[in-house]
Amino acid sequence: MATVSLNKLVKRYGSTEIVHGISLDVTDREFIALVGPSGCGKSTTLRMIAGLEEISGGEVRIGGQLVNDLPPRTRNISMVFQSYALYPHMTVAENMGFSLKIAGRPRDEIDRRVAEAATILGLGPLLERRPSQLSGGQRQRVAMGRAIVRDPDVFLFDEPLSNLDAKLRTQMRTEIKKLHAKVRSTVIYVTHDQVEAMTLADRIVIMRDGYIEQVGTPDEVFRRPASRFVAGFIGSPPMNLVEATVEDGRLTLEDGATLPLPRQHRERVAAGQRVVFGLRPDDLYPAGHGLHSGEAEEVHDERLTVTITEPLGNETLVFAAFAGRDWVGRMLNPKPLRPGEAVTMSFDLAEAHLFDAGSGKRL
Amino acid sequence: MNENASHRLRKRLLSAAHTIGLALAMLAICLPGLWIVLSSLRPTVEIMAKPPVWIPEELSFDAYRAMFSGIGRGGIPVIDYFRNSLIVSLTSTAVAVAIGMAGGYAFARFRFRGKTGWFLGLMLTRTVPGIALSLPLFFVYARLGIIDSHFGLILAYVALNVPFTVWLIDGFFRQVPRDLAEAAQIDGCTRWQAFWQVEFPLAGPGIASAAIFAFLTSWNEFALASQLTRSVNSKTLPVGLLDYTAEFTIDWRGMCALAVVMIIPALTLTFIVQKHLVSGLTSGAVKG
Repeated sequence: MATVSLNKLVKRYGSTEIVHGISLDVTDREFIALVGPSGCGKSTTLRMIAGLEEISGGEVRIGGQLVNDLPPRTRNISMVFQSYALYPHMTVAENMGFSLKIAGRPRDEIDRRVAEAATILGLGPLLERRPSQLSGGQRQRVAMGRAIVRDPDVFLFDEPLSNLDAKLRTQMRTEIKKLHAKVRSTVIYVTHDQVEAMTLADRIVIMRDGYIEQVGTPDEVFRRPASRFVAGFIGSPPMNLVEATVEDGRLTLEDGATLPLPRQHRERVAAGQRVVFGLRPDDLYPAGHGLHSGEAEEVHDERLTVTITEPLGNETLVFAAFAGRDWVGRMLNPKPLRPGEAVTMSFDLAEAHLFDAGSGKRL
Repeated sequence: MNENASHRLRKRLLSAAHTIGLALAMLAICLPGLWIVLSSLRPTVEIMAKPPVWIPEELSFDAYRAMFSGIGRGGIPVIDYFRNSLIVSLTSTAVAVAIGMAGGYAFARFRFRGKTGWFLGLMLTRTVPGIALSLPLFFVYARLGIIDSHFGLILAYVALNVPFTVWLIDGFFRQVPRDLAEAAQIDGCTRWQAFWQVEFPLAGPGIASAAIFAFLTSWNEFALASQLTRSVNSKTLPVGLLDYTAEFTIDWRGMCALAVVMIIPALTLTFIVQKHLVSGLTSGAVKG
């Protein structure tokens, strides 16, 4: 059993607290992604789990055992670093077999396990090369190979793909997913890229300023973001978020424009309340060019002016001016639109989100 | 002539001028060394001749023969001096490199109070000319009774070399990414093992350079050694050169011969170690 649990975990550097008592339970064989903007404490948290960073308060347990003061080598973990951290003076095979050599395993066992890992990752022909002779993607694979060979209880990934170009990143993302399906270990994966988190993880932990904002499946954090921050962070392009005041069953936006108050929220807000209205680009589209949720009476049309379009082939992102700002919508089966053209945009309010303007919490 | 041809011609002329310039500079650097070798092989008359005799008329190994002939037959205790030089230089180098590794690693990896101050202080000691310290050092050593001993000389040379080795090795450890030692610890190493298995081999070229510099400093040092050594017990080769000066004469040929004997081991060591001075060994460790 390789569960990982964090209990009120705290990290302080001098008097500055970086991680503020976070708690999290990772179940056996789960793929968890820690995601958040830089400086949110996700890498520090990972390094505390790895044992590379001293724990200022709280507990880390791996497989139920308290590991707070255990050195990294006794935690039976593997880590893939953002920088890959391959040993430049060793060949690929030596890099991958290093942990087994240190553990004093016999030569033939090391060779066998390195060969197995090399087969999984397609590294066979590269075993005798040195890291400097490899491309970025190959180095990345060697770093993963080194992690696999140990057969650890827990894999830790620290932004492993952020040094790769966009195409290779997508490719390696798929490989990591396949790898997890094959080795079935517990994985804790740190990234600032929400797409990586969404595509890879069983559950996503969204962190901000040393606190956990939300823990949930990709679907949960996308469909029911717990806060304004999560709503803005998850999803690409990001959710349209705008401050509004509740008045007579309507939402009054910035410059006096109004939208109907979404039906599902009517009971939860009071007149005069300041809220943040959120609508995903998927739920804002030129009439007839989107997938609405099926509640026709919850679709609200507005005649807006297009400011710019971004064609993506199968769809086009449409930026239209409303209530003093640009709103981004997604047009399926795109038709050509010119900037300055007037277009009827449908607001699918059944999918709208409301957050408290003060606390940012979901209403 | 078209423009391409003239540019090509200019490029060739420039590269030829470059080669000639380098050859001249090389000659200027090597000439004193060659002159010493040459002077060790010819009679004093020819050495002192004005204008200089460029092409020697006769060459002989008499000076070398005499040097090893023993006292009373024009010889000096060159074997003793050589042994002293070797013991003092090797020991002081080993100690200075060991301290340099520990210190350099600490400065490169750890954060501690007064780090910058310590580092600056170490560097500032380099600004004091060694010879300025020779008199106070002589008094202290005389009181401690370590004049004319290997230990005294080794101590002085270690003090002389440590700031330099710390500074040089610090720079090399800084180039070894921190991630590597961390990866090694995750791979099952203790901090100690991570150092020896990963960081040490990668900083190796720097440590080798520091060792060469420390060795050459100790091997060639004259000013302090001439004060702190008295007899064959501790006199090093550079001090041994003084044996060729008498009250009214200087045996230039003998002195040059001893200088050649001194240069050979230093040159050999440098050749052996420079193979390992391959820089850029860390390339490929991190990033793409």
